[in-house]
Amino acid sequence: MAEYKLLTKDFGAEALQTLKGYERTGGYQGLRDAFTKFTPEELVAEVKTSNIRGRGGAGFPTGMKWSFLPKDVFPRYLCCNADESEPGCFKDRYLIDESPHQLVEGLLIASYALQVNTSFIYIRGEYHDQRLLLDRAVEEARAAGYIGRNILGSGFDCDVIVHGGAGAYICGEETALIDSLEGLRGQPRLKPPFPAIKGLYGQPTVVNNVETLCNMPHIVQRSGEWFKSIGTEKSSGTRVFCCSGHINRPGNYEMQLGTSIRELLEEHCGGMWQGRSLKAFQPGGGSMQVLLPEHIDLPLDMNAVQEAGSSLGAGAMIFMDETTCLVDVSMRLVDFYRHESCGKCVPCREGTYFESELMHRLEAGRATPAELASLADICSNMDGRCFCPLGDTATWFVMSAYKYFRGEFEAHCGAGRCPVRAQATALVA
Amino acid sequence: MTLQAETRTAIERARDRYPLPRSAILPALWAVQGELGQITPDAMGEVATILQVAPSEVEAVSTFYSMYFQHPHGRHEVIVCINVSCALRGAEGIVEHLERSLGCASGETTADGEFTWSSTVECLGACGGAPSMQVDHHFQENLTADRVDEVLGALRGAGPAVAGTPRRAIRRRDPAGGGAGGSAGRRLGAEMPGPRTQHDGESDPAAERGGGPAPTGPAGPPASPAAPPASPAPPKRPRRPRKDAS
Repeated sequence: MAEYKLLTKDFGAEALQTLKGYERTGGYQGLRDAFTKFTPEELVAEVKTSNIRGRGGAGFPTGMKWSFLPKDVFPRYLCCNADESEPGCFKDRYLIDESPHQLVEGLLIASYALQVNTSFIYIRGEYHDQRLLLDRAVEEARAAGYIGRNILGSGFDCDVIVHGGAGAYICGEETALIDSLEGLRGQPRLKPPFPAIKGLYGQPTVVNNVETLCNMPHIVQRSGEWFKSIGTEKSSGTRVFCCSGHINRPGNYEMQLGTSIRELLEEHCGGMWQGRSLKAFQPGGGSMQVLLPEHIDLPLDMNAVQEAGSSLGAGAMIFMDETTCLVDVSMRLVDFYRHESCGKCVPCREGTYFESELMHRLEAGRATPAELASLADICSNMDGRCFCPLGDTATWFVMSAYKYFRGEFEAHCGAGRCPVRAQATALVA
Repeated sequence: MTLQAETRTAIERARDRYPLPRSAILPALWAVQGELGQITPDAMGEVATILQVAPSEVEAVSTFYSMYFQHPHGRHEVIVCINVSCALRGAEGIVEHLERSLGCASGETTADGEFTWSSTVECLGACGGAPSMQVDHHFQENLTADRVDEVLGALRGAGPAVAGTPRRAIRRRDPAGGGAGGSAGRRLGAEMPGPRTQHDGESDPAAERGGGPAPTGPAGPPASPAAPPASPAPPKRPRRPRKDAS
């Protein structure tokens, strides 16, 4: 089956990054339709009907999130989360690179639905060129009357501010993002109150992922019912999957939800590279649990992958061949969480430190079996005990790898070096 | 005063855009780093005054985010991703190559002050083009040792920055043919209007590092060692190796 191109349909069209190019593909018609065909309340209902779930990782139904805003409390704020930093994820960058106006249009439609007069795009500091693209897109849209006062004569006002981060994974967590936008250290806040009640500047706030918002022009133009007909019953629409690792054609592929992972790997990614076989894969990005070749026929469906013990997360697929050392992969991911822990809560700040020290010793073949046995202890003191999901997810990959590849972990104890790497080198030579 | 008038204006403009002035701390620090190449205590004090917050609050923010430098850096910034996707496709070899060819360890600056390089576990978001790095904020993907030499060689001697990996190559697949490769892309922004030097009150760090073609932004003179700064402000790009990292 081919890719199902909804968001990426016009990618590659001439000068799509400019307003003119985007308008040539029918751009900003969704915004016009939103104003002429819907009241804000009807628009929220339409998005609810579409059954679209957030594309940032948690998969929360977007329409429901929107309906949590208390009535008659203003001003409200909308933040687009473009702080894509999950290991293995590069779809938001792709969506912005190829069609920044699609995001701006989606943001404006959502702003209208939520009656927000100031919206933000929080983009990670590393996406410097992408921020410039968005800056230009916002300015072009402003000059054309899509942003500002009385947009297209609708009576609706909206300003859009592109806000660049400065290198902090934690700012992808919605309350940390809000703190960062307020000019604070990006650290998560206690929930409740949820951002929908008290968010940015203490006002009702919605935080939506880039890909979620990019769907809005299509839902508005084609209807929520139509959108619901794509994908599966519980996972409607398409998703852009970021495929990387030991595959022949890494890249972003937009797939209808429900397609099998095998099809994504074999037909679109060109299969495993160098004629090697699949050893393991991670279906949701750095935070999610590892899965095995036996899971390859699972559908790309949030619930199905969840039942298999992992999650589609933010849509990253990292495929690993038989030469991969799962201890090494775990070590890198744990290092990442140690580096990115914001330091607010003890289980995460200390736990990631202990985890990382242990994994380094293990990968070098210097850990004892007793030390390895403490891994489960460290992780169980973190998972569910951290202030925000960062600390919890710092244990998920390593614990799942330990479960499935216990022998490999044990073989590292006292080996003096990485036994898998030594074997792989011999295999290749 | 530490900051040039243009930088101050940029910060004031950012301040006026947000519902609360303190929201402009991040853009303000970007503007500072664009001009000075790092965040200094004096500059933080000035930012605090403009944004009507305590200097300690600005410092708290500037030390939290990893992209603000508390020390002088080289003229060009090289960051190599070593997270999983890049590691699976040979990031370690790139790291070893940089260590050898630049003659210094990760986190250090070359003796001539040209490059500060570091490996990072913070995924850069270029997994489809792994192994990857960022040079002066531009992505360089599908790296080999030769490609690294090519990119860094072009930057030595204050040459213009090498364009990043073409956007379409992210996909690494020719959209028409469906085969691997597919770099028949346009350069980033090739069809865009000319590069801006200022964005919503925020300066363009790349331009000020010599990484962009328009050195007319708030940062003052281009990073040429021969050109004395036109204003009383100190030179923009300190060239001394970073040995005092602690």
